[in-house]
Amino acid sequence: MTEVLIAGFLAATVRVATPLLLAALGELLAERGGSINLGIEGSMLAGALAAAMGAVWYGTTAGMVFAVLAGAALAAVFALITVKWGADQIIAGTAITLGSIGLTGAVYRMAFGTGGARLSIPTVSPIDVPLFSKLPLIGPALFAQPLTTYIGLALVPALWWFLFRTRAGLQLRATGEDRRAATAAGVNTVMHRVLSLVAGGMLAGLAGATLVLAQVGTFAEKMTAGRGFVAVALVVLGRWHPVGALLAALLFGAATALQYLFQAMALDVPYQLFIVLPYLLALVGLAGVLGRVKAPEELGKS
Amino acid sequence: MAKKVLTRIPKEEREETPLRRRLRVARHTLLPVLLIVVTTLLVLGATLSLAGYDAGQAGAALWRGAFGSWHAITSATLVRATPLIILALGFAFALRGGALNIGGEGQFYAGAIAAAAVGLHVATWPAGLAIGATWTAAFVAGVVWISVPVLLKLRFGVLEAISTLLLNFVAEALVSWMVQGPLQEPTHIYPQSATIPESAVLPLLPGTRLHAGFALALVLAAVLWFVFSRTRWGFHLRAASYGPRVVEIISRRNVGGMLAVALLVSGGISALAGATEVGGVSRALYQNLSPGYGFTAIAVALLARLRPGAIILSGVFFGGLEAGAAAMQRDAGVPAVVVYVVEAVVIITLLLIEARGWRRREALAGA
Repeated sequence: MTEVLIAGFLAATVRVATPLLLAALGELLAERGGSINLGIEGSMLAGALAAAMGAVWYGTTAGMVFAVLAGAALAAVFALITVKWGADQIIAGTAITLGSIGLTGAVYRMAFGTGGARLSIPTVSPIDVPLFSKLPLIGPALFAQPLTTYIGLALVPALWWFLFRTRAGLQLRATGEDRRAATAAGVNTVMHRVLSLVAGGMLAGLAGATLVLAQVGTFAEKMTAGRGFVAVALVVLGRWHPVGALLAALLFGAATALQYLFQAMALDVPYQLFIVLPYLLALVGLAGVLGRVKAPEELGKS
Repeated sequence: MAKKVLTRIPKEEREETPLRRRLRVARHTLLPVLLIVVTTLLVLGATLSLAGYDAGQAGAALWRGAFGSWHAITSATLVRATPLIILALGFAFALRGGALNIGGEGQFYAGAIAAAAVGLHVATWPAGLAIGATWTAAFVAGVVWISVPVLLKLRFGVLEAISTLLLNFVAEALVSWMVQGPLQEPTHIYPQSATIPESAVLPLLPGTRLHAGFALALVLAAVLWFVFSRTRWGFHLRAASYGPRVVEIISRRNVGGMLAVALLVSGGISALAGATEVGGVSRALYQNLSPGYGFTAIAVALLARLRPGAIILSGVFFGGLEAGAAAMQRDAGVPAVVVYVVEAVVIITLLLIEARGWRRREALAGA
């Protein structure tokens, strides 16, 4: 009994953490280049709707592709107005998210009508890793998850390698630390900022697709419910490091999964406590209680 | 070669009369704003036509719902404009000093909770006193709510934009808990508070749904105008957003402390919007009391270039847009959420104008 509960808790943790991890890794890329993109929430929402539309019309694979493209498109708009035209990043990101809420709401109603019926969308099934998925406790959590979870997990070492072991990664970090010095050293900082933002938007779109195709199975207005903003906090909590982002996302997932566990154990604790727990954790993380770390120097400067 | 005689004073050296100055300011502030508004509405119309809607019918519905009648103006547009104006004033108060309070939504809810909680206990008080109590409680709640980001900013250098944003979600959860817990109505069936007593309900303009919160919004705008334009503190606050070091040297004020005060007041003002909404419109605490007023208010404040007087006008404009959108959805089937797209376009266009202005100034300063 306990083992089933714990295995379920771990599986729920990873499930909740997956979209957050993907979005956080995307935001991490952007922030390492010096851009704080609050529009990632909008990218995620656009990704969710694009995934729903793609999946309904052409199947789940098309849904994933659409989502990645939609997320990238919004991030490209953000890159255009902040990098090229130098607008304030925080307000531009808020505006992009606002626009995305309006756009997705309108397109959703135009595409699927205003009826109250819930849209039923084909979902992706978990991929079992043979043998490993039967492991006690951690088997279901790590080896019986949808494809996007594996993508997210694989991206952690990949991003680490890119950021800290490749020339392009070094240039991206230099762009985020001191744009003028990097430019003087011959780095194309504009390209690095734009590409890191667009790649971040792609991951946010994939995060939105995960929500729709692997978890909820339908689209609803404003369904991302601030997960993109949480991802921004996770990057800080994870100290701008891919492994840190993974741990932060898992922590967030665990806090949410505790909610299900406590409900299963019929404990009388207000469920809202678990809703706010992750946000409070993020605030604690922002305060640097877990150790001070320096943000990229150029962060937030357009 | 004869020396060239100066026959007229070069344009830059001519003394600027107050009237000329006003005209110049108007040209530089009003014109772009009008252009943006008109362009946005045209783009909206074109998009709607492309999407297969009857743009003319939609536009007519929008106008009817927003400004088409005395009833539409007072009971729909101005009622929606009230929280927008108050929240925009709160947002502008902080941003005038260069601090970004993206947590208007959360402070709105903090104010709504406080107003409902106090309002339920002042049934026997005279009306003026009861309303004053709810407003005071809301202001204090807003200050307390934003004090966490302020402390995090002062002590740990946390970006206030992110911390205030995160607290929005905490505030929504808090309301959800309140209406199912401590503040739930006596029968414990519905997720809402009991209706507040008559003494705490805001008086209405006879024959309309327009409540006294609108008057509060106007008074607040006047107060902010006075602080910004007629007090030394307000002047220093505005100057701090351009050059904090200079202000510290000239005024011997601690700019960090000034910004903290500006953020605290900003939170308090924003919370008043929650109080007027509970006291004037909903008369009870609900979940989802705000359809994103806190975010729309950012567009309102930016469109007004953070000027208190202009915030009233742009608040009425956006209030009309939202009221009209509701009518548009009802009469022409156009999803009301498209107003968010309009807001986004307005914000981004203004940002771009602002950013280009900045560059011009920087270029001049560097020359």
